[in-house]
Amino acid sequence: METNHQLKRADFIFKNENDWEEVLKKNISRSSNELINELISSELKGRGGAGFPTGLKWKLSAEVDSDTKYVICNADEGEPGTFKDREILSLVPFKVLTAMAICGLVVGAKEGYIYLRGEYFFLKPELNKAISEFEQYCKEINLDFTIRIFMGSGAYICGEETALFESMEGKRGEPRNKPPYPALSGYMNKPTVINNVETLAHAYTIFTYGAKRFYDLGVQYSRGTKLFSVSGDTPKPGIYELELGMSLADFVNDFGDGDSKAVQVGGASGFLVPRKRFAETTIGYQGKLVGISLPTGGSMMLFNSSRSMFNVLDNYLEFFREESCGQCTPCRVGCQQLLKGIKAVKSGEKSTQYLDKLLTLAETMQFTAKCGLGQSVANSFSSIVENFREEMIY
Amino acid sequence: MGKNIKITINGEIVEINEGTSILDAARQVGVIIPTLCYHKDLCVAGNCRVCVVEIAGQKRLSPSCATPCEEGMDIFTNSVKVRNSRKHIIELLLSEHNADCTRCYKNGKCELQKLASDFKIMSNDFIPLVPFKNYTIDMFSPSIIKDDSKCIRCQRCVRTCAELQGVNALTVAYKGDKMKITTFFEKAMNDVVCTNCGQCVIHCPTGALVERNYIEEVWAAITDKAKHVIVQTAPAVRVALGEELGFESGTRITGKMVAALKRLGFDAVMDTDFTADLTIMEEGTELLSRLKRALVDHDPGVKLPMATSCSPGWIKYIEHIYPDYLGHLSTCKSPQQMFGALAKTYYAQARNLQPDNIVSVSIMPCTAKKFEANRPEMNDSGYRDVDYVLTTRELAIMIKQAGIDFMKLEDIHFDRLMGESTGAGVIFGATGGVMEAALRTAYELVTGREVPFKDLNILPVRGMEGVREASILIENPLKEWAFLDGVELKCAVAHGLVNAKKVMDSIISGEANYHFIEIMACPGGCLGGGGQPIPTSPEIRAKRAAAIYAEDEGMPIRKSHLNPEVLKIYKDFLIKPLGEKSHLLLHTKYTIRKSF
Repeated sequence: METNHQLKRADFIFKNENDWEEVLKKNISRSSNELINELISSELKGRGGAGFPTGLKWKLSAEVDSDTKYVICNADEGEPGTFKDREILSLVPFKVLTAMAICGLVVGAKEGYIYLRGEYFFLKPELNKAISEFEQYCKEINLDFTIRIFMGSGAYICGEETALFESMEGKRGEPRNKPPYPALSGYMNKPTVINNVETLAHAYTIFTYGAKRFYDLGVQYSRGTKLFSVSGDTPKPGIYELELGMSLADFVNDFGDGDSKAVQVGGASGFLVPRKRFAETTIGYQGKLVGISLPTGGSMMLFNSSRSMFNVLDNYLEFFREESCGQCTPCRVGCQQLLKGIKAVKSGEKSTQYLDKLLTLAETMQFTAKCGLGQSVANSFSSIVENFREEMIY
Repeated sequence: MGKNIKITINGEIVEINEGTSILDAARQVGVIIPTLCYHKDLCVAGNCRVCVVEIAGQKRLSPSCATPCEEGMDIFTNSVKVRNSRKHIIELLLSEHNADCTRCYKNGKCELQKLASDFKIMSNDFIPLVPFKNYTIDMFSPSIIKDDSKCIRCQRCVRTCAELQGVNALTVAYKGDKMKITTFFEKAMNDVVCTNCGQCVIHCPTGALVERNYIEEVWAAITDKAKHVIVQTAPAVRVALGEELGFESGTRITGKMVAALKRLGFDAVMDTDFTADLTIMEEGTELLSRLKRALVDHDPGVKLPMATSCSPGWIKYIEHIYPDYLGHLSTCKSPQQMFGALAKTYYAQARNLQPDNIVSVSIMPCTAKKFEANRPEMNDSGYRDVDYVLTTRELAIMIKQAGIDFMKLEDIHFDRLMGESTGAGVIFGATGGVMEAALRTAYELVTGREVPFKDLNILPVRGMEGVREASILIENPLKEWAFLDGVELKCAVAHGLVNAKKVMDSIISGEANYHFIEIMACPGGCLGGGGQPIPTSPEIRAKRAAAIYAEDEGMPIRKSHLNPEVLKIYKDFLIKPLGEKSHLLLHTKYTIRKSF
């Protein structure tokens, strides 16, 4: 994996959006194929964390034959330590709306929805204002596309795309079996493109400046820039747009407080990287080359030596135990067992070897849980227990 | 049928129809993958994860129930990874389960227990979670006991209540570790819109949902020398009881069942089929009188279509959901309750017994019958008409407790007076049976001729389609029924409350124009009832139905109005259908209930 040997800051996402009308008008005159190819050649990958190639997602949905299709913007930003989508929607909403409309045109959808996190209710009035202005313009240029906001109700699991559809359909937010995938059967069992807020904002950048400008940023397999929500033991918490492929050591150099012992990359469902691995870790999507490469939804939590990693893990597991939808066994019961298990080891009720049993349980959860939530509990669990085993015991 | 594709299961190449689930494909080649949340009657949930398999090239395991086969898939159902994961999952379920197996009603019949045994889960490394949860047992319903500490959240009950019954009494609430299966506002089962049908009970893999059993009460009555304990057996019991006692499904064991009941110590063993025939006399007459009021008297108050009232799950459903349509229900009591009312009057007189010394027990394929027997109005004999209702399963338990070698029993006939039945009474146990029995009698009463179907088999009302329609043209009736000449009698049959809803909605919208509808709460009718042996499946129900119709064909008399004991009771006691005594003992009224 290539690495950027210094942090490269960028300023695309929050650059002013005054040109959105122009960008929309210019792009709707292009063919669907042309737009998809532009997106594919940019190598933009989903910025929610999973990293699925966005162009391919649009293409799959475009190829399905259906009278009704949907475009959904996933704004259920619930990953602990992530707060970038809120800023995008408050500062540059038209970029997101424009990208949704272009997506609608590409795949043949006339309806778009923004699934807005329940706690972001305060964004709704301004966002609705932007939507009416946007829809007015769509009418003027004869683009048949509407956007509605759907308010979430506070469940973390509803950020999982199929649980999100269930929630929108008025049902309990529980992930579905896959296949079928959303591109074929999503909201209302119709072909649906569902993209993270930031992904759409990047698509706007690509449709404004062209794929090459985006592709030239970042490194192989991890093109373009990414917003990072920096928090924890750092003198400068906040949101930063950086090129992908940076080394974690460089990141810590810039953002750490000089005493960083670990960084949690990707929130509670991400990985903990200890100091000894900062240098060999890059931030980006997994490629075929050597080295550790961590994808992320953008949450970067720094911990200094005053932090107990047991408490950190305890906190994450409390979160998962409560936010699991509860339908599948490995996630529902597994989270309870992991949480109770580390407490029992700490208190001496269980022997230290019990941690090994818990590590194999975490692995089973990764292999067998129904959705990304249960599958990714092992990420933080295993990386924390393996790297800070002594803190779990003493 | 999709195209055929080739896949590999455990190294063996298999040709399979595209779209088949891995689970089904494996079963077709003799590879059994364990399941818990999967049930043939229900949609695929894929939430227990016990059925995971490994697909070459994929890091994660896939649930075989929810994963369709794709060309070239290389599947392993018993790899190290699969075995370890499966064991973990069973261990996890056990850690969240009140695994006090020897004290559980489902001991020996629990799917989780069987898996734990198959996989030899000997360790209990994981921390028992039950003590941390605030479980209570809901024992308020006279039919169903719900014990959340035994629940494994497979949601089979939830899907059953929604997909088969459309009742949604049970649903999922809360999330994470607090996720549970519960009712509206977590009220008790007797206080919500629940029909007591017991479909959740026969679809539950563990002891979380079981029937409320009255076995000890019945033993006490039998043991009490001062009591005369009589028992009635419903039509569907005789084609299913054998499944609990070592017979193949669909084996008819009527004579052995009677013999077993005698050995258990019941003083008289009689047949609900007798009152099924009686129901036909009363209900058939009621239908004809409603038709006369509609066609001759042009009475605007007459309610058509008339709906059957044998199924207590259906009765409670319509009371909750369509309270404005209670007038459409036949006023006839169900055969169980007719029997109960006659047991403490007609039977008591004939045998010269004090009614208060009679204990009336019924063996039913049904849990809703327990509720029905408990309805406050069901005391027209002056006493509780039916004292105890046992399911088919409870009877099997008593037979086992008594050490009866069921296979070796000689056939015995029911006791006289209320033990004679016809083929028409027997088919009450299958969906469409009441309709068929009613048509056999009503057509003949009206025209003087047998129904125009070969061998009396009215095939259009038989089968397992959710809703079936049939019509019979009445031509050249007897003089007193001249007003029915040329009338095409339109009927519909529905089973499973989700289908009852379809029929009711089509009647309410005016889309359908029936004269008579038969509705049974359970899939397949009583033979698929909530009190029947577990498991149930479409195949098992089809076998039981075949047995019911075979029993009918084997009967010397196949029309209710020719049942000699029915003729006798009208001569000696009731005088005539819809007569004064009938009204007092055999007919009832219904209760408006709230829909939430």
